[in-house]
Amino acid sequence: MKELFILAVVTVFTLVTYYLVEPFAHSQMHKHFESEGFIYKDLPALTKKGDATRGKDLVMGAGACAGCHGIEVEGMPAPMDVVTAAASYGVNPPDLSNAGAVYDAKFLANLIKNPAHALMVEHKFDPAKGQMHPMPQFYGAGGDIDQEVADMVAYLQSIAVKQEELTPKMAFETACGRCHAVHYDKWTQIGEKPAFKKKQDELAFNTKVLDYQDYLAKYMGTLPPDLSMYIRSRGEHYIKTFVENPQNYLKGTAMPRVGVNAEAADKVIEHLEDVGDSKRHIREAVGKNVMIYMFIFALFAILWKKEVWRDLH
Amino acid sequence: MAHFTKATSLHDWLNQRLAIDTLRRVLATEYWIPKNINFLWAMGMVLAITFAFLLVSGIFLLMYYQPNVDLAFDSVNYTIMQEVGYGWLWRHVHGVAASVVFLVIYIHMFTGIYYGSYKKGREMIWLSGMLLFVAFSAEAFSGYMLPWGQMSYWAGMVITNLFSGGSLHADGLVEWIRGDYVPAQAFLNRFFMLHVLLIPLAIIGLIVLHFGALRIPHVNNQDGEEIDFEAEAAKYKAGDKANSKVIAFVNDFMSKDMMVVSIYLIFFFYLVFYHYDFAMDPVNFDPANGLKTPTHIYPEWYFLWSYEILRPFSTNVGLIAFAFAQVIFFLLPFLDRSPNAVPASRRGLFKYWFWAMLIDMIILTAMGKVPPEGLFSAIGFYAALTFIGLWIALPFITKFEKKV
Repeated sequence: MKELFILAVVTVFTLVTYYLVEPFAHSQMHKHFESEGFIYKDLPALTKKGDATRGKDLVMGAGACAGCHGIEVEGMPAPMDVVTAAASYGVNPPDLSNAGAVYDAKFLANLIKNPAHALMVEHKFDPAKGQMHPMPQFYGAGGDIDQEVADMVAYLQSIAVKQEELTPKMAFETACGRCHAVHYDKWTQIGEKPAFKKKQDELAFNTKVLDYQDYLAKYMGTLPPDLSMYIRSRGEHYIKTFVENPQNYLKGTAMPRVGVNAEAADKVIEHLEDVGDSKRHIREAVGKNVMIYMFIFALFAILWKKEVWRDLH
Repeated sequence: MAHFTKATSLHDWLNQRLAIDTLRRVLATEYWIPKNINFLWAMGMVLAITFAFLLVSGIFLLMYYQPNVDLAFDSVNYTIMQEVGYGWLWRHVHGVAASVVFLVIYIHMFTGIYYGSYKKGREMIWLSGMLLFVAFSAEAFSGYMLPWGQMSYWAGMVITNLFSGGSLHADGLVEWIRGDYVPAQAFLNRFFMLHVLLIPLAIIGLIVLHFGALRIPHVNNQDGEEIDFEAEAAKYKAGDKANSKVIAFVNDFMSKDMMVVSIYLIFFFYLVFYHYDFAMDPVNFDPANGLKTPTHIYPEWYFLWSYEILRPFSTNVGLIAFAFAQVIFFLLPFLDRSPNAVPASRRGLFKYWFWAMLIDMIILTAMGKVPPEGLFSAIGFYAALTFIGLWIALPFITKFEKKV
């Protein structure tokens, strides 16, 4: 009994110390933000029901989206190669094939109408100071602008993969991959690094990546970090709430609000886990067996002690 | 040369050459342990097992780790964690053990302080134990540098800066330690060598010394009772095990040791598999960046108390206080002037001294991590003063203690 009391004392002091240096200290060092559920409640809702056919005409025509964006699923490659695009815009404009699946519909609509506002980078792009966002605002094609935007969103949703077909990697590439490299996944800002047969080809590819990164760094103010280990260095909660509203954590950051929907956010996290913590499934499986083994070992150890000490008392 | 006869068996052959029977008797079957000791006396074995885990997992990690500032981070976080089969397991065993070993060392130390196991003939046990603590600290610090993460780099910067000695401005010494103006390749190489060779060697030597120091005074016991080990051992050998106050290390105490170890291992492997990040600071999963200071720089949890003794004072006073904290535990056997080697609960003011010291160190640990602002700063300052005050008071409060 006395030994159990001593164990309790040791345990209590250990847990108090643990609480103070881990949960408590971290709560004092880092601001905490709750997820807003990816509803973007500061943005006005979509009021009109969109028509994908009319949306297609707008995207290809009056919206002039295809002037800068590729839409691979429609057989339309990007008008410029990635490095030239970055030289022109700072960052390569995304291919719109899966935008409808990755981004929240309301966010997309607001993005088309006022990109700097939806992306929460108005502090960086103030038209009054001549700082135009590289994506021009859509002023309407002559009809009801809300209807036109709803049509364009409907079109983008109609060509995108279904939510369940969207893989974690696709979600990551569309939402984050043009600014962030993930070298543990061989991902660069200009795409996946292939296996090269010749050293020259690899050097040429690396040169393109470095050129792209130079333009990107100039556009963003700094080169956005490689995300290989972010699942360990920042953790799931931070990444999710950061993506939802980067301004909460870093006031004035050039990182835009990404505008992903809740499902895509989960997939982005899953991708980061696949990259930064790829052995988690095997760890859990082995862990279970080791724990079972340790309990059996402890049982035998206790029995052995009882056996030996029977003569000693 | 000794006289050798034709061996009758392999055992006999070895016995004539290595005296294995004598060795076994002296180290195991007739190495006498008081019967009246609780599970806290098994912490030595828990530490030995943890050290073995560190050694073995460290050897496996060493096979793939690259001591190069450009490759170190990825060799740990990618090669070992993702490409090498079960590399993640070795890394987590090593990382968790490195932290848990300090928890157990602290329990071991406070057990010794509580039961007066450093007194009266047991000073060498305490001193060799403290040397082990210092060696483990150096080992932990040098190991923390190796993944070359953001906190490794900046903790390395801060700790090596301490050697400038404040106003002494011994900047040359700091550069000499680093081999450069800032932590860089030379720094990583030498801490790598220290971590994998020199300090482990010293630790192994000190463990032998620590065990050796136990042999003559024997371990203390729960009641602080002075046991006539020879008389009690004679009783045991005559078969009166129940009335003897001593038991053999093997198998008697070993069975209790292993019971404690087995329960400890449940806790240990729970951490390895399900909570491996409990003490790994997330900041260290960002690669080292000499151009970007982390918002908060702090050491691993087990150094926080001594860090907090440094922090609330001005540079020079802080360094003196820090130096005080590093050496003062060594002097415990000489500062405690009481004639009693009994549990703190049966002593005079020392009873309060013990709990005050324990709680003060926990407060210092907590304050060492939180940002040094406002209330935290004040608490840290007073806790540091209390720490120093308690040590100054120790000889006085123990001097007047009555013999029990």
